Amino acid sequence: MTRKIKLYHLAHSRAGDKGEVTNISLFPYDESNYEILKAKVTADVVKKHFQGHVRGDVVRYEVPSLHGFNFVMYGTRPGGVAAALDLDSHGKGLCFGLLELEIDMP
Amino acid sequence: MKTIRIGSGAGYAGDRIDPAVDLVEHGNIKYICFEALAERTIAIALLQKQQNPKKGYGQFLEERMEAILPYCAEKGVVMISNLGAANPVAALKKTVSIANEKGIKHLKIGAVVGDDVLEYLKDSENIVWETGEPVKELKEKLISANAYLGVEAILPALRQDCNVIITGRVADPSLFLAPMVHEFGWDINDWHRLGAGTAIGHLLECSAQVTGGYFASPGLKDVPDLLNVGFPIAEVDEEGTAVITKLAQAGGMVTKRTCKEQLFYEIHDPSNYLTPDVTADFSEISLLQEAKDRVRVLKATGRQRPDDLKVSLGVKEGFIGEGEISFAGYGALERAKMSREIVKERIKKMGVKTNDYRAEIIGYNSLLGGITEIDGIEPLDVRLRVAAKVDTKRDAERIGEEVENLYLNGPAGPGGARKYVRPLIAAYSTTIPRKQIKLDVIIKEVV
Repeated sequence: MTRKIKLYHLAHSRAGDKGEVTNISLFPYDESNYEILKAKVTADVVKKHFQGHVRGDVVRYEVPSLHGFNFVMYGTRPGGVAAALDLDSHGKGLCFGLLELEIDMP
Repeated sequence: MKTIRIGSGAGYAGDRIDPAVDLVEHGNIKYICFEALAERTIAIALLQKQQNPKKGYGQFLEERMEAILPYCAEKGVVMISNLGAANPVAALKKTVSIANEKGIKHLKIGAVVGDDVLEYLKDSENIVWETGEPVKELKEKLISANAYLGVEAILPALRQDCNVIITGRVADPSLFLAPMVHEFGWDINDWHRLGAGTAIGHLLECSAQVTGGYFASPGLKDVPDLLNVGFPIAEVDEEGTAVITKLAQAGGMVTKRTCKEQLFYEIHDPSNYLTPDVTADFSEISLLQEAKDRVRVLKATGRQRPDDLKVSLGVKEGFIGEGEISFAGYGALERAKMSREIVKERIKKMGVKTNDYRAEIIGYNSLLGGITEIDGIEPLDVRLRVAAKVDTKRDAERIGEEVENLYLNGPAGPGGARKYVRPLIAAYSTTIPRKQIKLDVIIKEVV
């Protein structure tokens, strides 16, 4: 039996920007869910989830000592914060985009 | 073991001032560091300097100095800030005049110069990361070039006992790392401690973002007394470990969760965080909640610093024009979509040449289009937003005008039209060899 669950029930997140790169962290509230997130929230899944927002690659970094992930998304907000036409030119709201992702929980 | 207490006085150019005053008043801190210079701020400041050589320093310099200088003079607090922006020497002079006006004495104010590398770079072959072209191809569009300096720029001022240090472009964590290197006598090649100190600086550099700001989400992540959120303090020891904390009476909180989120904020590979001082490595960090609002940061480290320094380039690229207008009630989304099409066609018909164009509907798809748009649910309160990059100010104005024209010429019930025009100054990046940087510190005393 699996159930579908949105990430915001399981994890917290923050988005930051550098030029045309957005990074989004992801930390399970319950650190024992780290391995489940590692299996389910892959770079490919995140890239597909953000299609339309990310032109380039998505790279996932894992930091087990903090039970956390850092997703680095290349090619967001053309021109970066100073020049992007996006209403949210920093892309700060994108962390809540990641938390809208739905995964299958065992 | 010797420890020092360092406070964070600002995390961005427009940040609150009163939490910084609370820290110098009640925080028993030796240093307060203000990160108050955004990527594009320095280009805007440079344009101000070109119009008036006495200007070009950071926004709110006067207010921050008036609030903090008395504590530097009387309580022995050392203030370090990148508020010098494009003109640290003008900032120094302004600060001296503020001290004189207010009768504040016992100040030794240092202005750090050397980050402005425009003259060296403007005709260079150095490659711009974003465009792949040499810097010289930017020609007259290039208005500023500032290298990210590290602790070596700030240390001479600390060694000469300055209690107010004003810099231009300095890497954010270096503002905080400099007092650690100075107080503990760390070697400038002690990569481990420099990496550890950089992690602490990184946690402090965005002020309240580690004490409960950019964190709360009611019901999911609650923060006590966010209204009065305090700025952070680090108690750093000579090994480069630290406790992140805050004033007991301030709002907010310091938890493992607030620290985790801030640790990854604006970084890419956690094992390769590049600064002018070190290649910091956060990949083995552990956090320990020692007590309420006290989190110890352990096992940050670092490796040899990068050879070259990153440079931020301010590049003038015309203007951005924006227009917004709202629709409410039955059919609001359809009327906003109809307006979106009308404005798009009108801008074409009127011959406005756009270099980039974006139209979105606030309340529907402006932030997370494609992720949170739900078909079949009709929002009853939406706002069309149109934004475009254009070459001339006049064309930028016409974007907002076309949106405003919907009042009389568009679908029913349009409300609250607003229009905005701003110069577009893009921030590009390149690198420069360290040997091209000529550091200096200019000191004035107010006795």
